[in-house]
Formats: sequence, structure tokens, C-alpha cells
Amino acid sequence: MARSGAFWQRLHRWASPPGFYRLSGRWVPWLAAASLALLALGLVWGLLYAPPDARQGNSYRIIYLHVPASFLALAGYYVMAVAGAIHLIWRVKLADMLMSAAAPLGAALTFLALFSGSLWGKPTWGTYWVWDARITSMLVLLFLYLGVMALRQAYASRETAGRACAVLALVGTVNIPIIYKSVDWWYSLHQPATIRLTAAPSMHPDMFKPLLVMIVAFYLFYAWVLILNTRAEILSRERRAAWVRELAEEDVT
Amino acid sequence: MNPQFDSLAEFAAMGGHGAYVWGVYGVAAVVMAWLVARPLRRRAQLLAALRSRRESR
Amino acid sequence: MHPVRRRRLVLVLFVLVVSSAGVGLAVYALRQNLNLFYTPSQVVRGEAPADTRIRVGGMVVRGSLERAADSLAVRFRLTDGDQELWVRHEGMLPDLFAEGEAAVAAGRLRAGPLLEADQVLAKHDENYTPPEVAEAMQAGHEARAAREAGEAGTP
Repeated sequence: MARSGAFWQRLHRWASPPGFYRLSGRWVPWLAAASLALLALGLVWGLLYAPPDARQGNSYRIIYLHVPASFLALAGYYVMAVAGAIHLIWRVKLADMLMSAAAPLGAALTFLALFSGSLWGKPTWGTYWVWDARITSMLVLLFLYLGVMALRQAYASRETAGRACAVLALVGTVNIPIIYKSVDWWYSLHQPATIRLTAAPSMHPDMFKPLLVMIVAFYLFYAWVLILNTRAEILSRERRAAWVRELAEEDVT
Repeated sequence: MNPQFDSLAEFAAMGGHGAYVWGVYGVAAVVMAWLVARPLRRRAQLLAALRSRRESR
Repeated sequence: MHPVRRRRLVLVLFVLVVSSAGVGLAVYALRQNLNLFYTPSQVVRGEAPADTRIRVGGMVVRGSLERAADSLAVRFRLTDGDQELWVRHEGMLPDLFAEGEAAVAAGRLRAGPLLEADQVLAKHDENYTPPEVAEAMQAGHEARAAREAGEAGTP
């Protein structure tokens, strides 16, 4: 009982904006260093050392950006929707800040997934764009992210805006399994998944290892930017609080 | 493990697909740098605004 | 849990269930239209509309590709393992277009049936292999391609 009390106390301190701001400040340099190092390793490995594909030649190297960006575009939507649900149910302010931090980041990653897929499609499929189920559902994901961002601007009251965004984000989660399964449910131009939880990847290990490095690097990059966005959002919303003013005094750099 | 390309020119050409490969990585570099710079700039601006308000008082 | 929070939780679950059900029904109703292409069997059975632009996807039959000597016109057959369909096209073919590989052709159906394609796209699979490995696996690869062509025929 006493132990669980201490846990809740710690969680509470953690979920308070100043508590999160202080704690996350310690993680930022580590996340930045780890993600930049892994990005550099994955890029050099994937672009320079991984063998070319027997059929696609070197254009397949776009996969080292396309797959990690797509993974995080989808995972980032879950982050946004779960934060929205937590905000709706428990009215945790930090969850709302996380949600507004996740939207532009997710939109940028979805754009990168679509853009890299488009430039990959031209040399391999013979077209930049096709209204295929996978690609169209991914475009819907971009619109959902942009919709959440626009909705936040549309309300004068922060409380109402946060709740409306959370509901939109929750409704939009329907799209995520559709994106995942679109290549299996319908005849589509997009190839099925190379990486599966239940089976070995259909990719040679020499090509797969750098891809794995890039995926881990993108997860770290996502965490890094999400925390940076959340910290800026915290400062903006709490700028009238005493602790932020003290911070501004200390931080004379 | 050896590099797959014998020269810088070959590396840039990517077997004729250089425009697509480098187009993707170039745009990604710009977008990702922007993603990192945006919150850092916002934070710096907020703190600067708070300081200048304090000084003007 | 606090009753107010419990009510909000139920509300969140309700929103999720209702929107999933709505989208699920819409997707179920549209399931045929969400396919990017028809199969040659569907075209032969007359399930593809004749008066509009359609896409047909399948495996390019080995040995069926014919190129005109004086133009970019090509002819080839697409198969899903069951039926075959002739495709005529005038223009560039994508790099990955090859016999024994999957392709999607878009255009209008002519009598025959024959597809007068204005666009031919190559569909590639999820396998990535270095060239040396691919050569070494050539025999096994061909056996698998034949097996996959057989699977593609079952709807």
C-alpha cells in the first residue's frame, strides 16, 4: 500500500509539467547523441556498404528511409491517440501537451513516407503515384494529422480544443489497421510487408541489418523530437508560472 | 565488408537512380533538421521574450 | 475508478467502437472497388466493365512478350495462373517489367478480350536479395515463382 502510494506520487510528479520538463532535460542530450550516431551508422551502412538488390539495383536504398519513416508515422499516431484518450479520461495536462507535440512530428514523418515512396515508385513501378489502398490510406493518415493540427487552431479555448483533437485522433485510429492490412486485404501495387513479427524478414541479412539500425535510429529520433516539442509546449503554456520565469533568469545563454 | 561503389561519381549516380535516391535523402535531411530546429527556436524565443519583459518592467 | 472518469472511459470506448463499425461497414461495402486491379479470370468471366478504364494485374507469361520492330508497341499476356489476357501497349515500360514478373496494366477492354493499355506498371515483391545470392538461388527462385503464380490464381 505504502509502496504503491510512493509510485503514484512519483508518477504524479512526473506527469506535472515542471516535473517532466526537469526530468526530460536530462534525457535530451543522450537521445540526441544516440539517434544522430545511429542515423549516421545506418545511412553509411545502407547507402554505401549494403549490397544492391538483384532486380531493383540501387534504387531500393530508398527503403532505408521509407520503412523507418512509415513505421514512426504509424507508431506516432498511436502515441497521439493514447495521449488524447488519457487527456479525455483523466484530464492530464501533460497528455494534451504530448498530443499537440505529436501531431506536427507525425505529419512530417507521414509526408516523408509518402514522398520517399513516390520517388521510389517511379523507377520501380513506373509511376510516382497510384490510388492504391495502401497509398491512399497513408494519405488519409497525413490528413488526420493535419486535421488535428488545424482543429487545435480552430478553438479559442484550449480545453475545448484539446478535447476535440482527442476525439478526432481517437476516431482516426480506425485507419491504422487498415493501412497495415491494406496490402493483404486488397489487390494492390504495393508489395506486402518485408518485416513480419511472425516470420523471418524476406530480405538478405546484409541488407536487413542496416535497415534495423535505421528503424531504431528513427524511434530514438522520434522520442528526441517529441520531447523537444513537448518541452517547448510546456514553456509556452506555463510562461506565467513562477518556475518558468526563474528558468528564464537562469538560462542566460 | 567493402563499399559497393568504386568512385564518388558512381556513388552519386546510384546506378542511374541517383536523382531518386538523393532526392529522397536530401528532402529527408531538410525535413528532419527542421523538426529539430523548430522546438529549439521556439523555446529560445519564449525564454528571450520572458527575459525582455522582466527587464522592461 | 472515479465514476466521472469511468463515464469518460466508456465514452472513449464508445467513440472507438462506433467509428470502427462505421468505417468497417463502409470498407466492406466498397471492398471490390478498393482493389487496384482486376485479375485476368475476372475479365474473362465478364466481371470487369467494358466501357471504362480498368486495371488488370497478373504475371507476365514467359515467352509472350512481343515488341514491334518499328515502334514502341508491345504485346504480352497476363496470367493469374488460371486465365490469360492479351495486353497491347505503346510506350515505355518500367525498368522492372519482365517476363515471369508481376505487372499491372491500365486501359480499356477491346474485343478478344484484349486490353488496350495506356499505362503499364511493374509490381515487385517484398524480397530483397544481393545479385550474387540471386544468381545462386535462380533455380529455387523459378520454382517459387511458378508456385506463387499458382497461388495467385485462387481468388
